[in-house]
Amino acid sequence: MANFASNPLYARRRRADAVSKGLAYAATAFGLGWLVLILGILLVNGIGGLTLEVFTHDTPPPGSDGGLLNAIVGSLLMTVLAVLIGTPIGVLAGTYMAEYGRHDRLSSIVRFINDILLSAPSIVIGLFVYQIMVAPMGHFSGYAGAVSLAVLVIPVVVRTTEDMLNLVPDTMREAAASIGLPRAHMILRIAYRAARAGIVTGVLLAVARVSGETAPLLFTALNNQFFSVNMNAPMPSLPVVIFQFALSPYEEWQRLAWTGALIITVTVLALSIVARSLTARK
Amino acid sequence: MAAVTAASSPPTNPMVLHAATGTEGLPEKVSIRDLEFFYGESRALKGISLPLYANRTTAFIGPSGCGKSTLLRILNRMYDLYPNQRATGQVLFDGENLLDASQDINLLRARIGMVFQKPTPFPMSIYENIAFGIRLYEKLPRAEMDARVESALRRAALWDEVKDKLGASGLSLSGGQQQRLCIARTVAVKPEVILFDEPCSALDPISTAKIEELIDEMKKDYTIVIVTHNMQQAARVSDFTAFMYLGELIEFDETANLFTTPRDKRTQAYITGRFG
Repeated sequence: MANFASNPLYARRRRADAVSKGLAYAATAFGLGWLVLILGILLVNGIGGLTLEVFTHDTPPPGSDGGLLNAIVGSLLMTVLAVLIGTPIGVLAGTYMAEYGRHDRLSSIVRFINDILLSAPSIVIGLFVYQIMVAPMGHFSGYAGAVSLAVLVIPVVVRTTEDMLNLVPDTMREAAASIGLPRAHMILRIAYRAARAGIVTGVLLAVARVSGETAPLLFTALNNQFFSVNMNAPMPSLPVVIFQFALSPYEEWQRLAWTGALIITVTVLALSIVARSLTARK
Repeated sequence: MAAVTAASSPPTNPMVLHAATGTEGLPEKVSIRDLEFFYGESRALKGISLPLYANRTTAFIGPSGCGKSTLLRILNRMYDLYPNQRATGQVLFDGENLLDASQDINLLRARIGMVFQKPTPFPMSIYENIAFGIRLYEKLPRAEMDARVESALRRAALWDEVKDKLGASGLSLSGGQQQRLCIARTVAVKPEVILFDEPCSALDPISTAKIEELIDEMKKDYTIVIVTHNMQQAARVSDFTAFMYLGELIEFDETANLFTTPRDKRTQAYITGRFG
């Protein structure tokens, strides 16, 4: 009776346990395998071209050497502007839903729409901004590119802001109220402070999300083979340059595309790690 | 004999209550009259009438769900933070009905402070936790602010433990210290009434003893109300005790009387540990 090991019921349970554990490991390995493979191939193909020249020279005409300076600068400018536009809107909307409208209908509607926006195909957003900015203005521009990226930033920031503020315990809000702190002050000086790391993480994740976006920029910022900081003119960006160069028949361009892809991936990885460590520190 | 049983006397007549408590001469800081409270449709408090005497400690006791915390949270209108909660009747605070819609709630809460069940220091330094509340109402030069912070921390018997690390985060303190920090934060705003919502239920016995000692000392300057699950605590710290059950005030009396000669069977059953 005491020897469970020979009990057929117990043996069956053990087998089932071993099988499901095995399946879970296999699934994990399969998923992680792709990631390792992607990083590996990027490293193999991209690291060779990662020279100082990449950061000091503009994209070359076919058949000559060059770098990605104009694309990197263009990406930086548009991303920064997108974050400047998207963060305040996103934080304020998230604040409304978590603090003021927690129980009302408007919040649930906004939350629903925000979730749709969060998963909207980015090419649709590119077409939308083309329609409302590029077409009326008559030309592609860095501004249009930044706006389309901002539309991608907003839902991410809304969601994380709301989630992070919801994590601030109600007892903290009550404590603030109990010394007579008006609600707006409570939000600005207590809730934001308590949720700061989480909200910053949301912004970083949004940056990571948009820094690899190609489709919305194709229809808005287009591209520019020269160095330009004029945001009212077509503007180059890393993803679009990668798209163009990778499809080209020229070997130098293809090499630069690999290098650009490596730069984006490493940047996104670094941002994610910073974001993780920010939340972990709490 | 100073005793009243709300169950046998109509709760709608506060005068009966006053006469019966036999505490003439004691000024009422807060007078609760015919108070009813609703969470949506459900009535959580039924016709509560009760005096809170100035510079005395009143304890609310009763089993879970009896409405004692609800009653406490009406006194500083904390329920206003949540939708679908409303109170009817009167709560006279120095003669003024604090349930009036015209009340400035933030000013009211500055005069009626609250200490919560779980310590809730703000995510800032120890110094700032105190100074923060003071700055809401007064603009003080640095030296004066320092003095105010020190006196609040002394008041809460915390000064000696934190005077060398005022810049440290309030969250770095132990649970008992955090709770005393919250008391300091509350008194720094100079309230007249302080509400304690089970202030020791998350604390160890030594921290509990310290807080009880503090409460005892503080009634010189404040009117104190404490909700507690712990009958010994009510007996130790309070002058008056209100026993509540199922949203009703069953009995209100001087603590010594309520615990030795309860009038109502339910009070007797509760304090002897037969339910709750």
